Amino acid sequence: MKLIQISIFLENKKGRLLDVCSLLGANKINIRALTVAESDNFGVLRLVVDKPQEATTLLKAKGFVANLTEIVGVEVPDKPGGLADVLKILSKHNINVEYMYGFLEKASNRALLVFRFDNSDTAIEVLKANKIRVVGQKDMGAL
Amino acid sequence: MIWNEKMECMGHEDLKNVQSDRLRNLAAYIYKNSPVYKNKLDAFGISPKDIKSIDDIKKLPFTTKEDMRDSYPFGLFSRQVKDINEIHVSSGTTGNPTVVGYTKDDLKLWAEVMARVLCCAGAVPGDMIQIAYGYGLFTGGLGFHYGAIEMGLSVIPASSGQTKRQLKIMDDFKPRILACTPSYALYMAEEAKSIGLKPKDSSWKIGVFGAEPWSEAMRKAIESTWDMCATDVYGLSEIIGPGVAQECTHKAGLHLFSDVFYPEVIDPKTGADVKEGSKGELVITTLTKQGLPLIRYRTRDIVSIKYEKCKCGRTSPRISKISGRTDDMIIVRGINVFPSQIEHVLLGIEGTQPHYQLIVDRRSGDLDELEVLVEVEEKIFSDEIKKLRALEEKIKKEIESILGVFVRVRLVEPRTIERSEGKAKRVIDKRIL
Repeated sequence: MKLIQISIFLENKKGRLLDVCSLLGANKINIRALTVAESDNFGVLRLVVDKPQEATTLLKAKGFVANLTEIVGVEVPDKPGGLADVLKILSKHNINVEYMYGFLEKASNRALLVFRFDNSDTAIEVLKANKIRVVGQKDMGAL
Repeated sequence: MIWNEKMECMGHEDLKNVQSDRLRNLAAYIYKNSPVYKNKLDAFGISPKDIKSIDDIKKLPFTTKEDMRDSYPFGLFSRQVKDINEIHVSSGTTGNPTVVGYTKDDLKLWAEVMARVLCCAGAVPGDMIQIAYGYGLFTGGLGFHYGAIEMGLSVIPASSGQTKRQLKIMDDFKPRILACTPSYALYMAEEAKSIGLKPKDSSWKIGVFGAEPWSEAMRKAIESTWDMCATDVYGLSEIIGPGVAQECTHKAGLHLFSDVFYPEVIDPKTGADVKEGSKGELVITTLTKQGLPLIRYRTRDIVSIKYEKCKCGRTSPRISKISGRTDDMIIVRGINVFPSQIEHVLLGIEGTQPHYQLIVDRRSGDLDELEVLVEVEEKIFSDEIKKLRALEEKIKKEIESILGVFVRVRLVEPRTIERSEGKAKRVIDKRIL
């Protein structure tokens, strides 16, 4: 029940984000979620796409440094305090969030967020035990 | 004035006789005292008896930086360590640094040639000198120190750094001579302006600048900014440190003290002499040193040489400013930097050897800056920024601890670094030299 995230190393130069997006677009790969984490001179672009393996092969062929990371997609009630409730559960179980970001769209009245945990398996167990819906890679096409 | 008129203005024939005598003695001395040189000469089938005049120097084998490295720390010394009075260290190509040792007589020689340097630059006994080269393992500070005392100057051993204090000392004590790296001279001018001092009004009228390459344009900038006469000094720790060659006030090449340091300028590929005035690699034999005498040492510095007598009266041959290197060493803030040292660090950190590039730059009025670009490979890539930053920091720390010079490290995308014929270009020198 994990999602696969593609992380790409990008220098802070004009047009690099465009290069990635054009490449994926031209190959009919759909981006479902993304975030850019930045440092002084470089950034890491993190993407969730419908076809991660294919996308990675394409990116590497174009000379990008990219790797795959397992992350967890979590449905959070789209109401005030919705995210806080989820984080409370994680905190109670000592699960550390490395980073998180939101999806580009939401499914019905629930917001979709992706989490990078230090231990994904434990996190998924805890979330499920607390009746929080976890979204897997196979759901990506349907969303 | 000329410090040692007898030796510095000697006629060419007499000079040749002095050099021949000294080379004969040197060949016998190293054969007797240095196992490394004895083996080298034996392997070459050369006996000290074959050395009759200075022209026979061509029969002797070269000595290289690798010979120094392979004999680390004291293997190439011709005297026992207990007879060595002073030891200095500079950076080597990989791993081990280059170690040099001086006997008491060598220190006297150093003081003598540095006194010649200072006189050549225009100093007279009674002048005050501010020595802003680093004191310590680096030869710059102490070499100037010994020479200045030898020729009767008042010495301010300021060492490098602490610019505001340097400027206060200058303003309060009024030294006439400044000795430091040329980029530091320009840097201090900017600092002086920022604290309300007028560089043109400074007491410094003579500059003795070296330990890094610099251009005629930079000389003009220093001279007009400080209103001083800026001269070039040349040396390397293997030979003695500063004190191998120095410009006189005519600034028509650097007088190389060939009665003690015998120069040849060769084609680095064939080893044969180049035509007088053509560029080649400077090779030096230390004719009178005892602790660490070197035969035909390949400096890897590219110069040209001319032998005609100078207007100042000195007959010593004059070399041009260093116009390049036969290897990829760069000098940053007086520190020798070899790309192989960076390679070593990168290999040690991740067990991988990413492509890298050194960029050295000198913005106007500022000190040299060294930037290291490292291409990110999958092995060292992480989706977490903090891990990438930690990697940057680790590379920076390790390089700084090995080089002793401040660097900036920048992670770049693969294939960013320009390749020529598949091989990455390791050094980009943006300084106008």
